[in-house]
Amino acid sequence: MSTAAPIAAPPYKLVRHDEAEAGLLEVSMGPHHPSTHGVFRMDVKLDGETVVRLKPVFGYLHRNHEKLAEGMSYLSSMPFTDRLDYFNSMANNWAYALAAEKLVDVPVPERAQYLRVIMAELTRLVNHTSLVGFFLNDLGALGTPLLYAFRERERILDLFEQASGARMMCNYFRFGGLRCDVPAGWLDRTRALVGGFPKFLDEFEKLLCENEIILARTQHVGVLSGAQAINAGITGPMLRASGVNYDLRKVDAYGIYDRFSFRVPLGAAGDCYDRFMIRMLEMRESLKILEQALRDIPEGPVMGNAPRVFKPAAAEVYGRVESPKGELGFYLIADGTTKPYRYRVRPPSLINLTVLEDLCVGHSIADAVVILGSIDIVLGEVDR
Amino acid sequence: MIDTLIHILALTAPVAMIFASLFAFTTWLERKILARIQNRIGPNYINIPFTKFRKTFGLLQPAADGFKMLVKEDIVPHGADRFLHLLAPILALVPAMMVLCLLPFDLPFANESMKRIHAAALDNAVLLFFGITSINTLAVFMAGWASRNKYSLLGGMRAVAQMVSYEIPLVLSAAVVIMAVGSLSAQKIVAAQSTHWFIFTPWGLAAFFIFFIASLAETNRSPFDLPEAESEIIAGYFTEYSGFKFALFFLGEYLSIFAINGLAVTLFFGGGNGPWVQAHPWLSCVWFLAKIFGLIFIIIWLRGTVPRLRVDQLMAFAWKFLMPLSILNLFVAAVALKVQQPWLTWPLCALVLYAAAHGLSRLQQKNVGPRTYQYAE
Amino acid sequence: MKLLGSGIFKGMAVTLENFVRSYFDRDRKHHLFTKEYAWKSDAPADQLPARADTTVTTRSRNFPMLLHDGKGSEDPMASIRCVACQICERECPPQCIFIEKEYDANGKFVKRPVIFDIDISVCMSCQICVEVCPFDAIVMNSEFELSNNDRFNGLLVRRDALLKSNDYYHRIHPEEAQERDDRMAREKAEKEAKQAAADAAKKKAAELAAEKAAELAAAKPKVDPAAPTATPQ
Repeated sequence: MSTAAPIAAPPYKLVRHDEAEAGLLEVSMGPHHPSTHGVFRMDVKLDGETVVRLKPVFGYLHRNHEKLAEGMSYLSSMPFTDRLDYFNSMANNWAYALAAEKLVDVPVPERAQYLRVIMAELTRLVNHTSLVGFFLNDLGALGTPLLYAFRERERILDLFEQASGARMMCNYFRFGGLRCDVPAGWLDRTRALVGGFPKFLDEFEKLLCENEIILARTQHVGVLSGAQAINAGITGPMLRASGVNYDLRKVDAYGIYDRFSFRVPLGAAGDCYDRFMIRMLEMRESLKILEQALRDIPEGPVMGNAPRVFKPAAAEVYGRVESPKGELGFYLIADGTTKPYRYRVRPPSLINLTVLEDLCVGHSIADAVVILGSIDIVLGEVDR
Repeated sequence: MIDTLIHILALTAPVAMIFASLFAFTTWLERKILARIQNRIGPNYINIPFTKFRKTFGLLQPAADGFKMLVKEDIVPHGADRFLHLLAPILALVPAMMVLCLLPFDLPFANESMKRIHAAALDNAVLLFFGITSINTLAVFMAGWASRNKYSLLGGMRAVAQMVSYEIPLVLSAAVVIMAVGSLSAQKIVAAQSTHWFIFTPWGLAAFFIFFIASLAETNRSPFDLPEAESEIIAGYFTEYSGFKFALFFLGEYLSIFAINGLAVTLFFGGGNGPWVQAHPWLSCVWFLAKIFGLIFIIIWLRGTVPRLRVDQLMAFAWKFLMPLSILNLFVAAVALKVQQPWLTWPLCALVLYAAAHGLSRLQQKNVGPRTYQYAE
Repeated sequence: MKLLGSGIFKGMAVTLENFVRSYFDRDRKHHLFTKEYAWKSDAPADQLPARADTTVTTRSRNFPMLLHDGKGSEDPMASIRCVACQICERECPPQCIFIEKEYDANGKFVKRPVIFDIDISVCMSCQICVEVCPFDAIVMNSEFELSNNDRFNGLLVRRDALLKSNDYYHRIHPEEAQERDDRMAREKAEKEAKQAAADAAKKKAAELAAEKAAELAAAKPKVDPAAPTATPQ
């Protein structure tokens, strides 16, 4: 320790940068590439078709969401949260409402709690069905699974439109409840949809889960170990596909999730196939939650007596939900005015994306696309 | 001399015209079938120009698309090889058109003297067919190289590897039929199947499967559409093509689908043979096209179902599955042709081929398969 | 033990089933998720497309509109509900509303907007303006045929184009409009009752004061110095 040890020769051979890169093909995939799920770019160095290096470049869709929110009232940020992960506006609403409700103690009525669970689980169905579709699109299926997914998604979006007035940008949650009750007959229509959904899932599984090409393309591709996933802060289905049992619906039991019985599917290999299958299985569990919630939902108001002007006392809160993509958190610092002093989003897509290079290196360029698809990113959330 | 030229024109021009117009219909058909498979409606109204009539079932869509292609700007990337960039689509189209004339496509109006001069009456039509279609590989690589685009280059390289590899099982499976008939002439192959199509023999069935799969790869159709893999390399070798050059590629692609399926029909489905052909010879042409469209339906159906293979899997599939199987099939066919006892050859051949396919597929999918999952409460 | 390709055949069975059922299955046929465009050939401009298969519901929202209570051909500005308080302008998350107050010749604020513009190329249909409006003056429209050749002026909707009658609102969002009207009526009644009570109280107080004054006048000599301090509490 005290004397300087002789510097041992490094166990690797040092080569000059340009020498190492010689013969590599640098391809800039994106931002208009068809399968980067929005305006996302991968600077890929290829040796033949094998990925040697991959640099994700994002920020093309940066909208200054956090700073904007600091300049406007708490309620005015709610519609912007819809646009974070535009597939799951309801889940985003919930995360933000959850954080804001911690700032001022507003009780949420029972019926609103149930409706929140119903909306969030419907959102999960929307997200997972379309994710599987997009994933298969990346695998090269010509849109068929995607359009089957969209067929079912349309029915759920119709329900959203009937309840909130908008299909995707629902803006439905409010601090202390929901903006309005669901219309008459809505719950019955939802029950009918939930009753018919397993049939669709059966069809989907028959179409996809045993297809040899899908098996060959996804198994042992992009393996993410549990330890690495925890290290990188991965959450959501991607973490569970690596075999880590961590679901905020169980861990935090926010809202009224402790009242429902459901299971958390866990993968073992942590490859693309597991990530795809975990989402398929999670949909079945979501249906279970939906059935229970639709059975138990009480009558009553959907809005607590929240203050008309939302002006919390100085405090720091963090509200998080299990969004379909992972842990979506809102960190708010209130300074006693009607505007947040600091507003920070913890986007699951962005943090899940950080392992992209580790997963892709050594695989072919076709696999890189598939791995990106299995991570399930939405650029609205990555870039904010 | 002039007479001969007129005869040749009279025989080839209609073939080219028929298939070129069928191309338009096929693009419409493909879009419609895919749409219905995906629970969509598909193209359903294009106005008849200058009228308010909308309900044309989208049949005018190909015409509208074609017109759009014609008036679009022809963009050549900066630094591209302009000559090769222009040559590639032409080279993709010409062989596809040429081989169409080799098919035993009996035009109703052609008399015997015309048929004799007809290019299709060549004694080695099948051989020539494979010779000419292999030019397509060159065209694709030329396009990929000349575009000066990395995606195009990747697509071109994929295409060469793929098309060269799959040509072997393609030819080997066709060789089975040539063995059975003892001739390379398309007409003689069709004549040999006037009573019994080769698809109804065990080796013929296996050969057809191999031929069909290999032909999918040859024409870059899903699940072997790697050279133009949209989700990976944008549009592969024709990323940088627009306007009319793109239309030529498109036309060439569809014409080669017609051609290779026409060959499949010739080899395995008895060409123009079918019911009532003896009484009405003009039906032979209809049967021929109907069979081609049957195969095209399967291709479209497959396209609507399966995702794409990866390059290494694609090559492994060609060399480790189709190749051994097609070679085995040659021996099986030789034995079956020698024995000539359907009650014996059918079960035996089926068993051997099934076992081989099964074993090879096990080898292909060593540690891959459906899984079961655990749940945490 | 399965042959290579059996999974693919299974998938092909699914797609074939969908192909066939898209033609013959009534349920599937009518739920093809492509909604054909609801052509409205000769319907009046402010009517929803007649086709039943649009997804526009009685809650659908697209862009805001201003309400007035006029009927028929009355001047909508005579009964506009908006008082140009500019709360919506302030609260609008994407800042797409621009309001200018109206002043009469004497420079007195007449509680009407002279300019009320909504830039619908910026508006994100979030409905915050509707929620913050204390006068029920701005609500959401569900008109969706808004495509325009003029990217700037065509998408900047002016006050007169935004003005819609309450009847129209009842047509497109009947439940919500009824609820809003009921609430307004209730609030108005409450306000009137309060006003009446206040008036009565005032009257009474005046009477009382008059009585007291009379009393005081009658008993002027004996002034009670403690009385004024006792009353405020």
